Amino acid sequence: VCVCVCVCVCVCVCVCVWAVCAMCGCGRDDFQEELVIRPLHSGDIYASFQFRTVWDTDFMGGKKVSHYRLFPKSLGQVISKFSVRELHISFTQGYWRTMQWGQPFLPSPPGAELWVWFQDTVTDVDGTWKELTNVLSGIFCASLNFIDSTNTVQPSASFKPLGIGNVTDHRFLRYATLPREIVCTENLTPWKKLLPCGSKAGLAVLMKSEKLFHSSFHSQAVHIRPVCQDWQCKSTSWELRQTLNVVFDLHSSGQGKREWSLFKMFSRTLTEACPLASSSKIYIDVTDNPQGEQFELSPATPLLSQAVVLGDRRTYSVYDLTQQATFGSMRSLNMLLRWKSSDGECDMMRPLLHGERYVAGYGLQTGEIHTLMYNHHPYRAFPVLLLDTVPWYLRLYIHTLTVTSKGKDNKPSYIHYQPSKDRVRPHLLEMLVQLPPNSVTEVTVQFERALLKWTEYTPDPNHGFYVGSSVVSALVPSVVAMDTNSTQERPLFSSFFPSKEESSYFVRIYTEPLLVNLPTPDFSMPYNVICLTCTVVAVGYGSLYNLLTRTFQVEEPSPGLAKRLANIIRKMRGVPPL
Amino acid sequence: MKVQGLTIQENNMGLLSDPNRRRALISMLTRLNAPICVVCYMAGVAWFMGLAFEPFTLRTYMSENAMGSTMVEERFPAGERALATGREFAAHKKKVGGMPVDWLVKTMQSQGLEVFTQRFSRTLPFPDENKERYVVEGTNVYGILRAPRAPRTEALVLSAPCSPGNNNNQAVGLLLGLSQYFRNQIYWAKDIIFLVNEHDLIGMQAWLEGYHHTNTTGMDWSPLQGRGGSIQAALSLELSSDVITSLDLVLEGLNGQLPNLDLANLFYAFCQKIGVLCTIQGKLQRDDWDTASGYSHAVQTMMLMVLKQASGRPWGDHGLFLRYHIEAASIKGINSFRQYKTDATTIGRLLEGMFRKLNNLLERLHQSYFFYLMPSLSRFVSIGYYMPAFGLLAVILLLRALDLWVQLSALPSRTEDGIADIEQSGPGVLSVLTPLVISHLTGVALYTLPIRSQEMAVEHFPVFETEAVVLTAIAIYTAGLALPHNTHRLVSGEGTEQGWRVLKLVAVLYLAVLLGCTALINFSLGFILALTLVPLAAFITPHVPKLLSALFMVLLSPGCTLFFSIFFFQELQETPVNLQEGWVLFLSVISQGILDHSLYGSLVYPLVALLVYPCWLLFWNILFWK
Repeated sequence: VCVCVCVCVCVCVCVCVWAVCAMCGCGRDDFQEELVIRPLHSGDIYASFQFRTVWDTDFMGGKKVSHYRLFPKSLGQVISKFSVRELHISFTQGYWRTMQWGQPFLPSPPGAELWVWFQDTVTDVDGTWKELTNVLSGIFCASLNFIDSTNTVQPSASFKPLGIGNVTDHRFLRYATLPREIVCTENLTPWKKLLPCGSKAGLAVLMKSEKLFHSSFHSQAVHIRPVCQDWQCKSTSWELRQTLNVVFDLHSSGQGKREWSLFKMFSRTLTEACPLASSSKIYIDVTDNPQGEQFELSPATPLLSQAVVLGDRRTYSVYDLTQQATFGSMRSLNMLLRWKSSDGECDMMRPLLHGERYVAGYGLQTGEIHTLMYNHHPYRAFPVLLLDTVPWYLRLYIHTLTVTSKGKDNKPSYIHYQPSKDRVRPHLLEMLVQLPPNSVTEVTVQFERALLKWTEYTPDPNHGFYVGSSVVSALVPSVVAMDTNSTQERPLFSSFFPSKEESSYFVRIYTEPLLVNLPTPDFSMPYNVICLTCTVVAVGYGSLYNLLTRTFQVEEPSPGLAKRLANIIRKMRGVPPL
Repeated sequence: MKVQGLTIQENNMGLLSDPNRRRALISMLTRLNAPICVVCYMAGVAWFMGLAFEPFTLRTYMSENAMGSTMVEERFPAGERALATGREFAAHKKKVGGMPVDWLVKTMQSQGLEVFTQRFSRTLPFPDENKERYVVEGTNVYGILRAPRAPRTEALVLSAPCSPGNNNNQAVGLLLGLSQYFRNQIYWAKDIIFLVNEHDLIGMQAWLEGYHHTNTTGMDWSPLQGRGGSIQAALSLELSSDVITSLDLVLEGLNGQLPNLDLANLFYAFCQKIGVLCTIQGKLQRDDWDTASGYSHAVQTMMLMVLKQASGRPWGDHGLFLRYHIEAASIKGINSFRQYKTDATTIGRLLEGMFRKLNNLLERLHQSYFFYLMPSLSRFVSIGYYMPAFGLLAVILLLRALDLWVQLSALPSRTEDGIADIEQSGPGVLSVLTPLVISHLTGVALYTLPIRSQEMAVEHFPVFETEAVVLTAIAIYTAGLALPHNTHRLVSGEGTEQGWRVLKLVAVLYLAVLLGCTALINFSLGFILALTLVPLAAFITPHVPKLLSALFMVLLSPGCTLFFSIFFFQELQETPVNLQEGWVLFLSVISQGILDHSLYGSLVYPLVALLVYPCWLLFWNILFWK
């Protein structure tokens, strides 16, 4: 009953708002939600939520936008106040295991990542960036205010705008990561509040934090960008995409039983779509299960959809939540997937591109950062863009930079290096490297660990200091294009030249962040040290200095006490002393 | 104000700045030099022996907050299953005749770990007769349990060696049992690496070098594919029977490095909690410290630690981690024929508890001591307490140096002839420099020749390579005794009174610096060397009875120190040996020392060969000064 009332109220409000909107001439807006569930190679379950709000409005025009419907007002104000052209922010807890899980739909590095393109009308980009991070820090309840010039860079090539527009002057781009940021419910709640239905209805009811944070990987993101309103692209709309990616570990939660259901994963079932959504769908990846021999999915759905995702042709079962029939007689949807074979083999995958990074060497003086990029394609070489941001307290010896693949020197065709300035800005290293087929390319650079001032140490200095993930962006030849001897039934005329959109796809991968120990003083010692040094200086050095600089003379021994007394008396009497 | 400051300074430092008082002090020090030295020596030894006396030592306590107050519950249930896995492992090991790589990979993969292998090979400089190996080839297998929602920045390591014969099968079984159990838990914040290493320390060295991509010893290894970030702590498990009576903790690592004391505290705390008998140096703890036997028990435990630390070799697989600043210890299961038995489930629970506490760490272990001695598992002696013992020995050298200095400055004044003075100082420099250079060249020969000339020795003498190396070393060592005669042939003219004093002054100061540096890095080694070298350095002059002193010097030389240490060590371990066995052991210890240096980078052999032995030769030169 309660839900019904809610919905009624909601619908009423919406109708009213719609009427108001139509009167004031604001743009059309639209909201879509979807959930993709993909059983992973390792036996884990990948659930990816996407919520998309598109609004035909102009934040940058002279008119102040004051009326909001589906688009969250807090973000709208941010866009107009700070002249943001594009904004991408992600909060991730955990590391995406490419070797076991394949490629994610939306990659993100561990911790927080923020990159923003500003409008070219902005004059003081750094000042605006500083304010923006502080505002976002409040909106998302995160420590984004720790973003300052020491961890902000301007990549020249790695982060191009994803929306329309042709301004690519990287002066208007700011990129920063906080690898140490810990993501928890306090970040999820404000994120959920941005949704038109909140977590009251639609797919968002599944987002119970105790389940979402009982997983192997958790990542939530917000992407704002301008998109074309129609195919003619005369005017732009603003698109807000909110995504949430979770990987559930069935092994640890299911005590070895390999089956899952919506209820088991989220401890909720679905009863309705968000009433404000124009489309609300659940996709389940059944590519590995064309004849139903691997697993069994219930309730079955007649709807199938095919798409080329990340260079691979996938088949999905589709559940449309806007159709009442989907919920069946129980008025609730609880999908259940049961594997037929019980034992999960979890050997490694070989994704076409993956990377890893580690610190080599020992001791607290120097070290070496190794970044490895694997190209597992059997015969195609492809170029990748590597972006490395290293904090200033690791002083890179850039002359030791080497790039090798297959034991040979690999000369990058483009290198952009910006040296660090102590306490001001980090190192930025970008390069375009060609990865030969079936090879490992290793980028190494040596560094020296700087001694910090004692106030610059974190409260837990012996934990180590983080170095953010390096970013590898590439156009990877797709698996679909790889099978020229196609086993799938396709018309012959369609399969000679690989078609453009299928031949390669864009991938961005993030390596592990690094934890590096710096030389750390023993902070429990200052008192002892002060005492000791003072003593050493006063007694040891002082006396030695005294001995070394003084000239010695033999002096008459001082008169005895009796003589001195006698002299005093003589002085009083006015007689010359003895 | 200034004047006042000056007077205060004068009052403070009047002792040295007043020439009269300085003269008095110096004359007292020179007059009473010998008695003060004797007293210092006695006091140093007494201080050291006092360290094992319980009222003088501190009780261990957990310094790390993250491990102290947090509670963990141990629930590991599957000890029996782990033992069954161990038996399966043993069967496969027997079938393959070495490390059952495929089986291990499959087992770990079925548990849901990320599994990787590493191949390595190493040719030893000469055959190792203790372990009967020369060309070593092997494979390490390790599985990484990825912690949920962790960014791969921190890791813990649990390792078990794949040993030849029937050893350590239970350790591997328990490791696999624990990995299966750990996989199903959700509380991990750090990745856990389960490592089965082949060829014990060589495999471990290969794995660690691969993990940190360093190559200090010229070993061939294939690069690692998977990593877990910076390793915070490591435990190495050795277990060869289904039930055990006690667990022994091994701390001494490469070059006498020790892990943070908190790791030992953690082990002790869990042994107490779970109720497992625990030992250190194989010695149980006793609470009758006030009896003579209780005290001697504590002394024995501490002396064992001192001897092991002084040897500079890793006493377990954990020993190589310490170079990388990874706190590590070995836990050995001991099955003696006592009544009290502990099963595998209990050991599993103990390890689970330790790992859960290590998992709670926010920072690396750094709160507690890195330099300590342990007279029992619950008592420790920190660096501040044991250093005075060494200081008292080292001060003897400084006193002797002062004495010599005073004598030297007094000598020329007697001649009262400027020209003669200059003439005397000329050969003085040469007479000091020649023995210095020659004895160091002998040291270099002792360091390089044994391995270089093994082929030649094998060709000309009926010996094996290992024997050749060890016997060459001993031959060069002994040949050094003939050095004084050769030195004098090079020096023109007779050695003067002043000459030997200058040489001795240099030698004494050299020894003081050498021992001081050694004691800072490896206290035990420094102390043992000081114990034998300081008396000889203090009292050797050309005027003492030659034959008796020569015998005395040889007995106190580094080589003989090693010989006595072996007997002493065997005595402490309650496995006394006779002279014959002692000699065989002596030879094998020398070969082990040389191997440790070339395989793992242990520094004891080069230290002794390149620095300590030449220093001793200088004193030998003084004795035979003409």
